[in-house]
Amino acid sequence: MAEDWKNGGFGLYVHWPFCQAKCPYCDFNSHVAREIDETVWIRAYLSEIERVAGETPDRLLNSIFFGGGTPSLMHPDTVAAVIEAARLHWTFANDIEITLEANPGSAEAGRFLGYRDAGVNRVSMGFQAMNDADLKRLGRIHSVNDALSAFDVARSCFDRVSFDLIYARQDQTLQAWESELEKALNLSVDHLSLYQLTVEDGTAFGDRYAAGKLRGLPDDDRAADMYLLTQDICDSYDMPAYEISNHARLGTESRHNLIYWKYGDYAGIGPGAHGRLTLNGKRFATECPKLPAAWIERTSAGNGESVRTQVSPSEQSEEYIMMGLRLAEGLDIDRYTQLSGKPLPNDKLIYLQDLGMVSLSGATMKATRKGQPVLNAIIRELLAD
Amino acid sequence: MTDLAHIRNFSIVAHIDHGKSTLADRLIQETGTVKERDMQAQLLDSMDIERERGITIKANTVRIDYTADNGETYVLNLIDTPGHVDFAYEVSRSMRAVEGSLLVVDSSQGVEAQTLANVYHAMEADHEIVPVLNKIDLPASDCDRVAEQIEDVIGIDASGAIQVSAKTGQGIHETLEAIVHELPAPTGTRDAPLKAMLVDSWYDSYLGVIVLVRIMDGVLKKGERIKMLSNGSVHHVDRIGVFRPEMQVIDELGPGEIGFLTASIKQVRDTRVGDTITHEKKGTTDALPGFKPAQPVVFCGLFPVDSAEFEDLRDAIEKLALNDASFSYEMETSAALGFGFRCGFLGLLHLEVIRDRIEREYDIELITTAPSVVYHIYMRDGTMTELHNPADMPDLTHVDHLEEPRIKATILVPDEYLGDVLKLCQDRRGLQMDLTYAGSRAMAVYDLPLNEVVFDFYDRLKSVTKGYASFDYQMTGYREDNLVKMSVLVNDEPVDALSMMVHRDRAEARGRAMVEKLKDLIPRHMFKIPIQAAIGGKVIARETLSAMRKDVTAKCYGGDATRKRKLLDKQKKGKKKMRQFGKVDIPQEAFISALKMDS
Ligand SMILES: Nc1nc2c(ncn2[C@@H]2O[C@H](COP(=O)(O)OP(=O)(O)OP(=O)(O)O)[C@@H](O)[C@H]2O)c(=O)[nH]1
Ligand SMILES: C[S@@+](CC[C@H](N)C(=O)[O-])C[C@H]1O[C@@H](n2cnc3c(N)ncnc32)[C@H](O)[C@@H]1O
Ligand code: SF4
Ligand SMILES: [Mg+2]
Repeated sequence: MAEDWKNGGFGLYVHWPFCQAKCPYCDFNSHVAREIDETVWIRAYLSEIERVAGETPDRLLNSIFFGGGTPSLMHPDTVAAVIEAARLHWTFANDIEITLEANPGSAEAGRFLGYRDAGVNRVSMGFQAMNDADLKRLGRIHSVNDALSAFDVARSCFDRVSFDLIYARQDQTLQAWESELEKALNLSVDHLSLYQLTVEDGTAFGDRYAAGKLRGLPDDDRAADMYLLTQDICDSYDMPAYEISNHARLGTESRHNLIYWKYGDYAGIGPGAHGRLTLNGKRFATECPKLPAAWIERTSAGNGESVRTQVSPSEQSEEYIMMGLRLAEGLDIDRYTQLSGKPLPNDKLIYLQDLGMVSLSGATMKATRKGQPVLNAIIRELLAD
Repeated sequence: MTDLAHIRNFSIVAHIDHGKSTLADRLIQETGTVKERDMQAQLLDSMDIERERGITIKANTVRIDYTADNGETYVLNLIDTPGHVDFAYEVSRSMRAVEGSLLVVDSSQGVEAQTLANVYHAMEADHEIVPVLNKIDLPASDCDRVAEQIEDVIGIDASGAIQVSAKTGQGIHETLEAIVHELPAPTGTRDAPLKAMLVDSWYDSYLGVIVLVRIMDGVLKKGERIKMLSNGSVHHVDRIGVFRPEMQVIDELGPGEIGFLTASIKQVRDTRVGDTITHEKKGTTDALPGFKPAQPVVFCGLFPVDSAEFEDLRDAIEKLALNDASFSYEMETSAALGFGFRCGFLGLLHLEVIRDRIEREYDIELITTAPSVVYHIYMRDGTMTELHNPADMPDLTHVDHLEEPRIKATILVPDEYLGDVLKLCQDRRGLQMDLTYAGSRAMAVYDLPLNEVVFDFYDRLKSVTKGYASFDYQMTGYREDNLVKMSVLVNDEPVDALSMMVHRDRAEARGRAMVEKLKDLIPRHMFKIPIQAAIGGKVIARETLSAMRKDVTAKCYGGDATRKRKLLDKQKKGKKKMRQFGKVDIPQEAFISALKMDS
């Protein structure tokens, strides 16, 4: 606990698994349901908070994140109940960050005040695109105008507002992306998540792609150009990337996500939620069943978790590299060595430096701008047996 | 024991897929040899790989009893043979054990290259040939045309050809009658000293080595001591039987009969196909002419992807070789690939079959290096050595000249594709020996270098003729030519497993094709990679694989670090399927794919 700061602190992730409609590209654990009895969900979340807090009684909570799915479909009272329970069981940090993911529709905007009153102090909105034609192609049910008005409401309710865009879309030119991105940067936003479209197996896009029917996606070279252009533009707007896909003005980085990337501890509750917990000096990975009904059933039997496995120090060292190298500030090589029991192979470090992929100063290793777009290859090289 | 007049021995031969095994099914079924409920399609193709690929690889013998229309009961020994050219050896030796052949021709296709090749083998063996026109149930079947073709192209009388559908069973009865009345009975003397032909042998994990024999003279009984004429080794016969098609033990085998014996022989290598078996005492000294042993013609290296599996690979190869005398192997070490085996095969299909079996039956992933034929290197000092592996090419200053194996290829093709076929043969350094026509089909005979053929000639032939050409070949001998070793350098390092022998005139074209292919097969790395083909120190082709530009996960997925670790593990596994050459990972399939030429 004394070292919490180093690991980015301790956070609580709350998964809300429902959406109004399933987006064709999305492989998050989200389901479309006709009727949701939120009292059942409140009961489940509260019992999970009580259970996890029982194991981590005296930790300082730095962040709560309502993710989904579409948490902005939750009733503000549900959100309030969860936050209250967390406050009861843990000590809140003075500057606790409480984020809620929101879809930018008008109905959601109507609940923003309620969320604020419940204690939410940051929203992250899924804009995805800044033109209606592409929103349609992405299967989104909101328009650019919907998003902009929702954004205004959000701005008036919360100090901190972020939104997500998906780029490297079908038939998207560099110029088109540039103008979309600038439009976004000109809104008074302090944080942006900019994700290149990933075609995931098991989604509608995945099937279409396999059938050769998802055309016009950029090849790797063009996707790399788009990535680099994104970095340049955001830099010029004072919104540098602090992580591969996340940009913020200095000091407004998402603290919750930093916990992941600094490989700190987090409890994960809700269907499909993952956690990493240090208990009695050992590190555990936790997982909950993905199906909402299965999770609810487990919680009513007293424990929503379906998997708890110990993460060995050497596995931790690998996870630390995979998470930490995503950060612009890099990672601490000594922490890796401590976990894995052996230093990173020197020949590989020299090799990767010679290629200009990573830079080292003192005990800090970072992926360079050249290395960031090929981070998986760097990690493969570093962690190859 | 059956008297000679009531025995008929025959092989079923045909071009690939013309229906030999299906016809065998019907003969087995019609005579009630196998119970209806135990019947399945291509019953004799019992190996997994045969069933999966729908082809016969190993010849199979079955004994069936048939009561003919004349009321007499005959013993028929049929041998179903493979159709693919790689296994032609199986066909020719099977024919030595019998007196006649059913020549099956698909009546919707007509005479093909292996039809011809098999007829020649049958004639050499002095067989009586009964033509069978199969697949008459198909709408495209044209018996008159095909019968005419048989007479024109092969020159045998087809007026008595039997029209059959091995699928529906039509014509099967007539086939059985023809076997009895048109094929000769075997000859032989019961009272003479034992003289038996060792037709085939294979290893059975329960019974040890099983020997397939054809009795020429004399009688073979259980408990007797037998002698192999080739090496004088003596064995005690502990079991005698016949295949129906499962093994059935009997007391003795007399002249004209075909069956098996077991005699506690440990290794297939201790038996020699074509050998003469006789009794230890009062045996014959008059040996049968024997068979020419099958010579491997294509060699390649087999290396385990995971070098820790070398011993498992040795074990697998030894076991497979037990059963396949035509497959040879010796240990090989490669700078890049570590320990493995240099293996010899009858052809590329044979290679694929063995490789598949190792991978599947023994669960060992393999890297297969560029297949090569056997070159003869004549040294300045007058000696000759065989070159099985281009990596072993000696220093040129000691070499006087090289010779390469040549083949006689026979290709049958409909007229409209002839131009493309001639061009293909020309491109592969072929010399035309003959070109004749039969109806709308042409028959081209070419003298070709084997190394231009083993690899992908058949694939190319099929593609330029839309599958309408058929092809057969025989080795003819060696001839000198201007041959050089082409090496391949990846990121400036030579990769010995990719080096190959080429004709000097074709080197540039092959080199270019090779580096282009490799550029597609090698994944991008974090740096750019030059890929070059060279002869000696001279680069003849060059491509550059540009550096990887994007490989990063965009999203973070909440705290699902497990997902990331799984991804990493998957990538690590993928990396294991590649081999490192310097800093470059080359995927295993690159070694074979790089050699396939597109033209
Ligand atoms: N329609 C029809 N199909 C047949 C007939 N005889 C065989 N076939 C089919 O032709 C294909 C090849 O038959 P096989 O009996 O395996 O041929 P094969 O000559 O033994 O083939 P190889 O051993 O590979 O040379 C199979 O799909 C059979 O079902 C027939 O009389 N009519
Ligand atoms: C949990 S999701 C969604 C939040 C919210 N339900 C929404 O859609 O607005 C978080 C973000 O991941 C991004 N995302 C989801 N699927 C993606 C994909 N296949 N490729 C790239 N980004 C994706 C989207 O930008 C999305 O906003
Ligand atoms: S992108 Fe958001 S709204 Fe769409 S299905 Fe995924 S979680 Fe739901
Ligand atoms: Mg067959």
